[in-house]
Amino acid sequence: MTTFNLLVAPFLEFGFMRRALIGCLALSLSGAPIGVFLVLRRMSLMGDVMSHAILPGAAIGFLLSGFSLFAMTLGGVVAGLAVALAAGFISRTTPLKEDASFASFYLVSLGLGVLIVSLKGSNVDLLHVLFGNVLALDDAAIYLIASIATVTFLAFAFVYRLLVAECFDPGFLRSVGGAGGAVHFLFLVLVVLNLVGGFNALGTLMVVGLIILPAASSRFWSESIGGQIIASALIAVVSSYVGLVVSYHVAVPTSPAIILTAGAIHALSLLVGRHGSFLRQMLRAQHLRG
Amino acid sequence: MASSPAIHCRDLTLSYRRHPAVHHLTGTFAPGSFTAVVGPNGAGKSTLLKGIVGLVRPDGGSIEVTGARRSDIAYLPQQAALDRGFPMRVLDLAAMGLWRRTGPFRRIGAALLREVEAALDAVGLSGFEERMVGSLSGGQFQRALFARLLLQDARLILLDEPFAAIDGRTADALLGLVGRWHREGRTIIAVLHDFNAVRQHIPKTLLIARDPIAWGPTSEVLTEANIARSRGLDEAFDSDAELCERPAA
Ligand SMILES: Nc1ncnc2c1ncn2[C@@H]1O[C@H](COP(=O)(O)OP(=O)(O)O)[C@@H](O)[C@H]1O
Ligand SMILES: [Mg+2]
Repeated sequence: MTTFNLLVAPFLEFGFMRRALIGCLALSLSGAPIGVFLVLRRMSLMGDVMSHAILPGAAIGFLLSGFSLFAMTLGGVVAGLAVALAAGFISRTTPLKEDASFASFYLVSLGLGVLIVSLKGSNVDLLHVLFGNVLALDDAAIYLIASIATVTFLAFAFVYRLLVAECFDPGFLRSVGGAGGAVHFLFLVLVVLNLVGGFNALGTLMVVGLIILPAASSRFWSESIGGQIIASALIAVVSSYVGLVVSYHVAVPTSPAIILTAGAIHALSLLVGRHGSFLRQMLRAQHLRG
Repeated sequence: MASSPAIHCRDLTLSYRRHPAVHHLTGTFAPGSFTAVVGPNGAGKSTLLKGIVGLVRPDGGSIEVTGARRSDIAYLPQQAALDRGFPMRVLDLAAMGLWRRTGPFRRIGAALLREVEAALDAVGLSGFEERMVGSLSGGQFQRALFARLLLQDARLILLDEPFAAIDGRTADALLGLVGRWHREGRTIIAVLHDFNAVRQHIPKTLLIARDPIAWGPTSEVLTEANIARSRGLDEAFDSDAELCERPAA
């Protein structure tokens, strides 16, 4: 088998492989800033939680109209935002911390979602919702993912400085009259949108992996936020591509292949990354004069 | 500078779960005044500053800031609960102080950048511009926050133990900066522990130990008798305390 056959031919031969690649690339790029800021805000697990929170919404969409992209997307967005808002509200008004209230929502959501899907569908449907089906992305799904990526980029370009300030020193932002709460909420909206966009391709359980794993790895490659976003996008793109190729040739399910590739890159980053990796800690360079 | 801000406290009580941390405080931080707030640990000094910026609501009485909008106030908290590992350069941290001029969107051009560098220089951090904040020592980080404060160009400045982690030489330099702000007509309140520095540099003092002990010219406030009285503060809240029946002034 030639390199060409191995790496390029599948995408030339099959439309579904091309669509899968395009969908994953768009997800990778727009997930990068999302993931980096989730990690910065110590909210990586909350990304996970929110991805489960969209499940019952998507499931209700499914219950009402089957595998309708529109219904499931709308349901997912509504449910995700509702949980994000409710958890934020509860953490502000009761002694329960945000992560704990998120966790309770997440457990309930997962149970509810699985129950609703199995009311109508089969186990295959359930698997589709949980793990996605990136090889079956239709044009509408691609457009959806691409639109979400566009909205994400525009929003980040617009609120970048606000978001950094809100992340680093919310008290300061409040004191200069910046709209910290609004920025936080906008960020949550973007998280939900990306999760919903990704869930068609990778499924609710796997989509977070493509967002968080590259972001967590990027810390080992760059010290600046901008650099981390770029590193994170690159890692996600490479993971998507490698995952698709591997799953094509070895006939394993695609989304786990993508996530496992991202996981392997994460392990590599931990071991040999430029900043703070095990390797860097072991290499003891000669110290300087001052 | 237009008329300087003033703060009027009228029978002010600030409390946590009904236990007062600042108790029946009445008085005015006059426009353009420079006041040291001193007192033992737990005296309510930080709480008073939080009350002024609106982070703690009065439980009784009132507090009124005149001559300054919210964005004219710069507040340096005692322990800024900041994530020191945040991937941000020292330059970016200081540049946040330009917020009122750049807002969230406007570019920081060459002229502003020079101002930021000058501010870092003023706090003795030139050469640190490109360093990550996570690599600074506690005192250096505090100085970077000071540079940000410098750029904020605020008319009412509240400092809560600004020199706690800073060596004597740098503290003197920064105190010199604060003195310059005072001469520019800004209103300044600083929580401090070093009585000598307060006696030397700061015209007004508020000595507080939950209840106000004395407030006025520093030499009249920082007497042995007053200081001894402030040391009598019983820090712990009395969980069986009865309702405070003191009539409103
Ligand atoms: N968030 C809080 N919740 C409950 N009690 C508090 C809180 N912050 C401060 N206190 C209490 O209020 C009193 C005054 O605290 P503070 O204003 O921080 O004193 P200091 O003069 O040392 O700055 C202390 O007894 C402290 O224990
Ligand atoms: Mg204090």
